[in-house]
Amino acid sequence: MISAAKPDRPPLGEPVVEIEGLHKWYGQTHVLRGVDLAVRDNEKVVILGPSGSGKSTLIRCINGLEPHQEGSVKVTGVEVDADTGQAAAARRKTGMVFQQFNLFPHLTVLENCTLAPMWVRKVPRKRAEAEAMALLERVQIAEHARKFPAQLSGGQQQRAAIARALAMQPEIMLFDEPTSALDPEMVGEVLEVMTELANAGMTMIVVSHEMAFARQVADRVIFMDEGEIVEIAPPDEFFTAPKHERSREFLSRIL
Amino acid sequence: MSTPYRAPPKQSALQWAKANLFATVGDTLLTLVVLAGVLWLSWTVFDWAILRADWVGETKADCTSGGACWAMVTARWRQVVAGYYPEGHLWRVAAAMVFMALAILPIVIRKLPPWTLALSPLAVVGAFAVLGGANILPRVPTDYWGGMFLNVLIGVSAAVFALPLGVLLALGRRSSLPVVKGFSILFIEFVRGVPLITLLFMSSVVLPLFLPAGVSFDKLIRALVVVTLFSAAYMAESVRGGLQAVPKGQREAARALGLGPFRTTTLIVLPQALRIAIPAIVNTFIGLFKDTSLLYVIALLEVTGVMRQALADFSWQGLEAEAYAFVAIVFWIACFAMSRWSASLERQRGPRTRVEEPA
Repeated sequence: MISAAKPDRPPLGEPVVEIEGLHKWYGQTHVLRGVDLAVRDNEKVVILGPSGSGKSTLIRCINGLEPHQEGSVKVTGVEVDADTGQAAAARRKTGMVFQQFNLFPHLTVLENCTLAPMWVRKVPRKRAEAEAMALLERVQIAEHARKFPAQLSGGQQQRAAIARALAMQPEIMLFDEPTSALDPEMVGEVLEVMTELANAGMTMIVVSHEMAFARQVADRVIFMDEGEIVEIAPPDEFFTAPKHERSREFLSRIL
Repeated sequence: MSTPYRAPPKQSALQWAKANLFATVGDTLLTLVVLAGVLWLSWTVFDWAILRADWVGETKADCTSGGACWAMVTARWRQVVAGYYPEGHLWRVAAAMVFMALAILPIVIRKLPPWTLALSPLAVVGAFAVLGGANILPRVPTDYWGGMFLNVLIGVSAAVFALPLGVLLALGRRSSLPVVKGFSILFIEFVRGVPLITLLFMSSVVLPLFLPAGVSFDKLIRALVVVTLFSAAYMAESVRGGLQAVPKGQREAARALGLGPFRTTTLIVLPQALRIAIPAIVNTFIGLFKDTSLLYVIALLEVTGVMRQALADFSWQGLEAEAYAFVAIVFWIACFAMSRWSASLERQRGPRTRVEEPA
C-alpha cells in the first residue's frame, strides 16, 4: 500500500495499528465486512464515507469500545479485543475524541483532564494538574480550566476533550467526527488544534468530512462504503481523480 | 446604526390583577367568591386552632373555650416526644438525636467528602447503643421507646441503610450478570408489590413461626429491617431512573480513557446519576418518613400511636380532630423541610448536572 510521509514531515515508522480480515455484526446487521488496514507510526489517515458505512464502528474497534466477531485488531502488535492486562495496556495507547465531546459534566475541565491520569496512570495530583494545565495551554483553553463543561462553547469543549485524551499520553489519536456537532464558526479552532497535533508527529486516524483538513493533513484518505474499504489513496489523488465509481458518486454529492 | 437597547415593558401589580383576576364580570365574580371562601376557611381554622384554643389542662373538661383542646398534647408532652422512655434517662434520647443528626450530616452539608457517608451507619449504631444501654448503661427495652423520636430514629436509620442498598439494587438490576440481575429484579418487584403494612405484620407475626424456638429479634429491629428493605426497593427505582439518564457516551469516554468498570461507575456514572435522581430520592425519603406512622399497627408507640393511646384515655375521649391535626402538623413540618432542602440541593447542583445535548 502506498504510504509516504508528506514532504515537510518526519518519515513514517513501523505499523502501529494493524487490522486484518475484520468482520463485525450488530445482531443480524453485517456492519464491517472484511476490513484490512495498517496505519504506521506518525501517519495521519482520514476516513470518509456515507453514514452507515461503518467508519465510526471501525475506529471504535481500534480502542476496543466495540468487540468484533472475526479477524484481528492489533495496536502495537497486541490484539485489543481481549480480556487481558496486555490488551488493556494496548488500548491505553489510543486516545479517543468523540463527536459529542462526552466531557464529564460533574467535573471541571481540569478535573476532566486529571481524573484518568490520577486513577489509571497513578500520577500524583500535583503532577497530573501541571501536565493537564500544559495540555490546556496547548489547546488554548487554560483560562477555562476551573469551569464546568456546560459553561464552555462547543469548540472549547471539544478542545478540552482533546486535552483530556492527550493527558493519557496516547501514541495514537482516534477522532470520531470531531467537528460534526459544532456550530460552523467553531469548526476552525478545533481543526487548528488537530493540525498542530498532526505536525507535532502524532499518529492520527480521523473520521471526518472536512475536505480541506483531509487535503492538508492526511497522508492517506480511506473511503468506506457498506462496511468495506473501497479506495485508499493520497488526498490529492483521491479528490482529483478517484478511481472507484462509488468514490466518485460520494464526492459528487458532498463537494 | 443599530437599534438602541430598550428595557422590556413592565407590568404593575394593578395591571397584573386586572388582567388575571378582574378581566371580565365572570372573572371578577369568581375571584371574589374564591377569595371570600379562602378568607372564611383561614379564619375558621385560625380561630379554632389558635384564638379560642385551650393550651393547658388535666382533662378534656379543662377545655372550656370551645376551640381546639391542645391540652391533650401538652399534658402528654413527654410521651409525644419520647414515649415511655424513663424520666431520668431522657438525656440518652437527646444523645441519640445527636447521633441521628451526625448520620445525616454528610447528606446535608455538601462540602463534606462523600466517603463520610460510610460513617452514617456507625452513627445509627451509636444511637441504638446509647438508647438500649449496650450493657454499659442500664438497659431500656424497646417497648419503652416511643413518640416523635421513634419516628426520627426509624426514619433516619432506614434512610441511611436504604440509600446504599438501593444504589446496589439499581446497579444490580442493570448488571450483565444474570444471577445478580435476576435477584435484584425479584427483590424489587416482590417488595414493591406488597403493602408495607402487610410486610410489617408478616415480620411480627409470620416471621417468628419460621424461626427456631428461643430465637427472636426485637420487634423494633424487625420493623427497622422491614422499613429499610421496603424503602430500598423504591430507592433502587429512583436511582435507576438517574442511571438511565446518564448518556451512554459518558461510560464510553471513561472506558476510552482506560478506566475500569468499577471506577467508571463510582467516579463517572453514579455521581451524575445521583444528582439527577435527587428529587426522586428525596421523594422516597419523604415517603419513608411518613411510613413510620404505620409502626403503630405492630404496637410500636410512635407519635401516631401515642395520640391514639391518648384518645383511648377516658380523660381525652372525643378529641380526634386535635389528635390527628397534631400528627398531621408534625409530619408536614418534617416533610416540608425535606422538600425545601431538596429544592436547595437542586439549585446548588443545577448547572453541574447539565449534560451536553446531542446537536
